[in-house]
Amino acid sequence: MAAIDLAVAAIAGLLALSGVAVALRRYRGVSGFVYAASAALCVALALLGGLVLATRAGPAGLSLPIGLPWIGASLRLDALSALFLVLLGTGGATASVYGIGYGRHEEEPLRVLAFFPGFLGAMGLVLLADDAFTFLMSWEVMSLLSWALVLTHHRAAAAREAGFIYLVMAGFGTMMLLLAFGILAGAQGGYGFDAIRAAARAPATTGVVLALVLIGAGSKAGLVPMHVWLPVAHPAAPSHVSALMSGVMTKVAVYGFVRVAFDLLGPLEWWASPAVILIGAATAVMGILFAVVDGDAKRVLAYSTIENVGVIFAALGLALAFRANGLGALAALALTAAFAHAVNHMLFKSLLFMAAGSVLSATGRRDLDALGGLIHRMPVTAFLALVGVTAISALPPLNGFVSEWLVFQAVLQSPDLRQPALQFLVPAAGGLLALAAALAAACFVRFYGVAFLGRPRSPEAAGAAEVDRWSLGAMAALATLCVLAGIVPGALLDLMAPAVEGMLGARVPAQLGNAWLTLVPVAEVRSSYSGILVMVFVAITASAAAWLVHRLASRRVRRGPAWDCGFPNADPFTQYGSGSFAQPIRRVLGTALMAAREEVEMPPPGDMAPARHAVTTRDLAWSHLYLPVAAAIEFAAARANGLQFLTIRRYLGLVFASLILLLVGLAIWN
Amino acid sequence: MELIAGLVLQGLQMLIVAGLAPGLVGLVRKVKARLTRRRGASVLQPYRDILRLMRKDVVLAENASWLFRVSPYMIFAATWVAAALVPTFATGLRFSWTADLIAIVALLGSARFFLALAGMDVGTSFGGIGASREMMIGALAEPAMLLTVFTVALIAGSTQLSNVVDYMASPAVGIRVSLGMALVALVIVAIAENARIPVDNPATHLELTMVHEAMVLEYSGRHLAMIELAAAIKLMLYVALIGCIFIPWTIAQPGAGLAAHLAGFAAFLAKITLGGTALGLFETAIAKMRVFRVPDFLGAALMLGLLGTLLMFVTRSL
Repeated sequence: MAAIDLAVAAIAGLLALSGVAVALRRYRGVSGFVYAASAALCVALALLGGLVLATRAGPAGLSLPIGLPWIGASLRLDALSALFLVLLGTGGATASVYGIGYGRHEEEPLRVLAFFPGFLGAMGLVLLADDAFTFLMSWEVMSLLSWALVLTHHRAAAAREAGFIYLVMAGFGTMMLLLAFGILAGAQGGYGFDAIRAAARAPATTGVVLALVLIGAGSKAGLVPMHVWLPVAHPAAPSHVSALMSGVMTKVAVYGFVRVAFDLLGPLEWWASPAVILIGAATAVMGILFAVVDGDAKRVLAYSTIENVGVIFAALGLALAFRANGLGALAALALTAAFAHAVNHMLFKSLLFMAAGSVLSATGRRDLDALGGLIHRMPVTAFLALVGVTAISALPPLNGFVSEWLVFQAVLQSPDLRQPALQFLVPAAGGLLALAAALAAACFVRFYGVAFLGRPRSPEAAGAAEVDRWSLGAMAALATLCVLAGIVPGALLDLMAPAVEGMLGARVPAQLGNAWLTLVPVAEVRSSYSGILVMVFVAITASAAAWLVHRLASRRVRRGPAWDCGFPNADPFTQYGSGSFAQPIRRVLGTALMAAREEVEMPPPGDMAPARHAVTTRDLAWSHLYLPVAAAIEFAAARANGLQFLTIRRYLGLVFASLILLLVGLAIWN
Repeated sequence: MELIAGLVLQGLQMLIVAGLAPGLVGLVRKVKARLTRRRGASVLQPYRDILRLMRKDVVLAENASWLFRVSPYMIFAATWVAAALVPTFATGLRFSWTADLIAIVALLGSARFFLALAGMDVGTSFGGIGASREMMIGALAEPAMLLTVFTVALIAGSTQLSNVVDYMASPAVGIRVSLGMALVALVIVAIAENARIPVDNPATHLELTMVHEAMVLEYSGRHLAMIELAAAIKLMLYVALIGCIFIPWTIAQPGAGLAAHLAGFAAFLAKITLGGTALGLFETAIAKMRVFRVPDFLGAALMLGLLGTLLMFVTRSL
């Protein structure tokens, strides 16, 4: 059997597993069985994808007699699909294993079980689709199943609202994709991807399609200003589903964009790229800025997903710019950076969402200001979360740094671009990405410092206990992968080379042959980085220093109360919390970008009332874009409502009038 | 033979950086003391402080976690490894290809990350205030630093520090406006990153504007010694970095003879003396800023870094 057959079988298995979950709902062990089976199928998908990439197998197609009668469903497995299948399989398998333990706490387990495997399967189907109909169909199924998962805790009003916003935005995004594929298919209606690839288009048409795909796929990925649903919907789902939505589903959206922009659309003019670069860089900064000020552990992670998606899209924009200038090798560098960041983000964001889920199941609290001191009560989770925050803050020697470094290396090749506009834009975008990376470090010091360090701020946090072994195992696997991808990045890059080559016809040089597993993306005189040596050097230096100091100087430790300049206060709320930690950055950057306001209500002297301090931040996209649009729709709907209460004569008159109008229009058109 | 020479050079350079770093701190203090008409402690005082701290007991807060105890060594190691990759008196460093300038910046970022986490660990308000402000300053200083790196890397065509130094020492560079901007930006970043006046005051312990000292307030004994040493090495790193990029001619090339290396070493000593004296002068002459004025100060560095980069695209000769 060819790889594609096996992949389709695994995906069919995942889709069928949803039905099995419903059928077996009466049995007690159904939860463990469904999660274990979906983990196994995901591992199979990841291995299949890895095999296709490693053996550099050519694309293979498969036609299924389902779907529309005269089209059927055509599927295809090429290197790009295989790369994202690896991503999906890894993320799906770890989330499933985590679910075995985490799912026990679910009040209504069937609300997750019935949709979870199907959601994974639908994402796999999007990756394999080879015609517009199958692609859009599976995209929509993926959206709807994830919507159902967002509504797992449907009794909470916040989750219902999140579900509503998500549904509207998902519908809007699919509509944009529908229009894009409509234009791509042309008047003849060639919906197969082969026909779309072969067709020739005017530059203006490709520009319009690119814009539509950027909006359609970008709204699923969380690009600013289409991001508003993401920070409400992702956290509302159970944590392993949040991990999937943030870690994997946003990457499926990235896949959709890459498939259209790099594969189906054909050559693009250079002017298509600045918008992508700019939106990506702006998304990165805005996303992380919201993450820095938010007080909810899972929402912080969701906002940080927006940041990372921004980084990925900025790198994709760079790849488009280099490709339009005929610089294949540099485009390959940028595209590799984007793919590497996609994979890395899946790893550490899944890990962090699972850590947040563990904290949630151990304490029942998601607000950072109720946590604290968990490093003492949940030592393993705390250690694994530390790996995650170090990785996501782009610190060497972990994996987040590798992909950020690759993006910066691509930015530094900007002198080769011929257009002055791009020459100016790219370094400025590089500066924005650097700002986002530095803010990410601040954001995750705050996240980790408030939740895991310090003293507990609530009785729940004080009484927390370590979570089950399945959850810890899933997190440990992801943490290990984060370290491995950081110290042996060459293996990851070489694995992705066929996917990059399939899109651009060029690739970055093979990395695994370099001495000391050094990464040399362009040439050794330009830049090189060896994650494993950095890690070894730091580890040796640190342990040698510790050994020497303990051996030669002193090793005694006395415990005493905290010093705190002589005035320690036992109240845990005298610690820095999430709001106070964010205050400097909120004041410096938030006043303009988030309309952050502080109000102090100070009672007059002699009054015994407490003073109050309130901080408000607003999402300007929400207040300046969405609310006016919603108001306009409401206004139009209220007006149109009058049409419901007319007499039959008037209805007939209206029908007749519109018929005349259409005929007149047709007559003028011809 | 070449391998051994390379390894010796690399080891020697690491030891020199760590060995001279407290002396540089002592020099700055001495200059400041003399300028304010005090006699001041000996230049060797920081060595004595560190040795004294090493021998003292560690007093740990009751709820300090393992992270608090591991962090000083991690911070020291990350800073020292970063410093080992900056050429001081010779470029033929054995491991210079391990990490480029961007990675050096990120290694310093790691040190800051763990220092801030350690500041949050005991759960005191001082630790939190220090960590929060340090990360704010870092969030602005790091992009400024990276934009400066971009400027230098775009001129030299490399982010690999040894290659940058070789290029800068070659006659192909000439005087450029962008390099001047990069120099100013880098100096501003160095002042902010090393917690010097006007951004932070390294001499105070009980002032609400303090940043670095507030974070390390709970540290004592050998832990504090490691952190002080790491801070001294970081100062040394920035002086060496500015020296090797902007005054590169004195640095011995690979394969040069012993005389060239000795000359390079003498020039390096002169550079750090000059840097330390200049820093002392600057600190005496300027007043500490309010903490919310710091973003303006760092914003200037950010803009200079960006302008320096963009200027190169306007005209290649500047």
